[in-house]
Amino acid sequence: MEKLSPKFKYEVAQEPGGEDIKLCFACGICTASCPIREIDEGYNPRRIIRMVLLGMKQRVLSSDFIWFCSSCYACTERCPQGVRFTDVMNAIKNLAVKQGYIPASFTQQIDILKRFGRLYEIDEFDNKKRVGFGLPRVEKAKGFTNKIMVLTELDEIILRNNEK
Amino acid sequence: MKYALYPGCTVLGRGRNYEMAAREVAKAFGIEFVELDDFECCGFPVKSVNYETFMMMGARNIFAAEEKGLDICTLCSACTGSLTEVNKHLIEHFDEKTRIIARLKRNGINYRMGRDITIKHFTKILYEDIGVSEIEEQIEKKLSNLNIAAHYGCHYLKPTDIYDNPEDPENPHSLDELIMVTGANSVDYNEKMRCCGAGVLAISEDLAYSIVRPKLQELSKNSVDAMVLHCPFCSVMYDDNQKKIEQKFEEKYNLPVLYYPQLLGLALGIDAKLLGLRMNRVSTRAFLEKVGI
Repeated sequence: MEKLSPKFKYEVAQEPGGEDIKLCFACGICTASCPIREIDEGYNPRRIIRMVLLGMKQRVLSSDFIWFCSSCYACTERCPQGVRFTDVMNAIKNLAVKQGYIPASFTQQIDILKRFGRLYEIDEFDNKKRVGFGLPRVEKAKGFTNKIMVLTELDEIILRNNEK
Repeated sequence: MKYALYPGCTVLGRGRNYEMAAREVAKAFGIEFVELDDFECCGFPVKSVNYETFMMMGARNIFAAEEKGLDICTLCSACTGSLTEVNKHLIEHFDEKTRIIARLKRNGINYRMGRDITIKHFTKILYEDIGVSEIEEQIEKKLSNLNIAAHYGCHYLKPTDIYDNPEDPENPHSLDELIMVTGANSVDYNEKMRCCGAGVLAISEDLAYSIVRPKLQELSKNSVDAMVLHCPFCSVMYDDNQKKIEQKFEEKYNLPVLYYPQLLGLALGIDAKLLGLRMNRVSTRAFLEKVGI
């Protein structure tokens, strides 16, 4: 069995959005409201909170299910304790990434964003079409997104993952 | 009325019909859009990866508009949510704002600080700035006999505490009212508030399509003429992927999916071609015939 990390809940609480996790009194309205849980029982918000509070750090951070949140905010709106579970999930995922856990589809998206500044490249062909439809041209991105990714060290995180 | 238009990646990449219709409708109401070459991704895709990257990407887009003294009009609900969240944070934490401006400056990205700006979804601009009664006066062609299913999507409404004038997320009304002002009937239905599932599409297609299914099932069974939405991510799920979902579950839905400005544009008497109605994935032909076009 995994050695527990009692301080894990404080780590989550320190991340932006994770602050309120300790207020959870386990009523389960998050789980009852979750459209993902309705389809896949492997994803269970109340259980994830319990696991964090119990300090099951490695099991949570290395799990696939933390990436299943659709970020619909149904749980956040209904929580009687004001736990922003959607943001708690982001806090957990941020920590997971720092440990080297990130789904391949995310690294691919980041790579596209670095190159084009957008999720889709708008090239000359697209611009011809746009002009044909009466839409203004879209100029090539100026590389701001790439710069921000470099300075916030997202690059290094991804590189570390690729080495793993 | 003047806004910097922030189309967002998905509209530019996959929602040309939405952009065309929104620009046409804006023109009809005298809303002027300004194009800013500095706009790049809003940061939404990296929020779960690294919050600081998310914050800086959102802030930089906001600073680009702020420097020009322009509020931002968004078309995508995910961009709306991300930029609104960051903007609220910057307005409430001036120290954070100066920290991020300084950090960008150290790295060669310079923006002058201006007045605080507002981020507003195009639907909200129509609903709050133009208003239903003003819209009603400009309706040229009442779209009677149409049953339309409103799909609000999650980020247009939630989280409520980042938005000015939030609606009840369990029982919203702005999009319904905007549909009814065209003369169409906005139907009530069980699956109305269900999430589109786009948030997990990159993680599991099976899971994402299973979330889409109940809505398509319910609406196709109940003589609904079209679903109307206002987010390109939702549209990817219901329109672009509808065929795939039909194949996966061996069901037939054949449900046209329109962007709200496309519906309103028809009622304003704008040519269907200018509204990009031939570019929707599920054919809108039968729908347009019913409208009388």
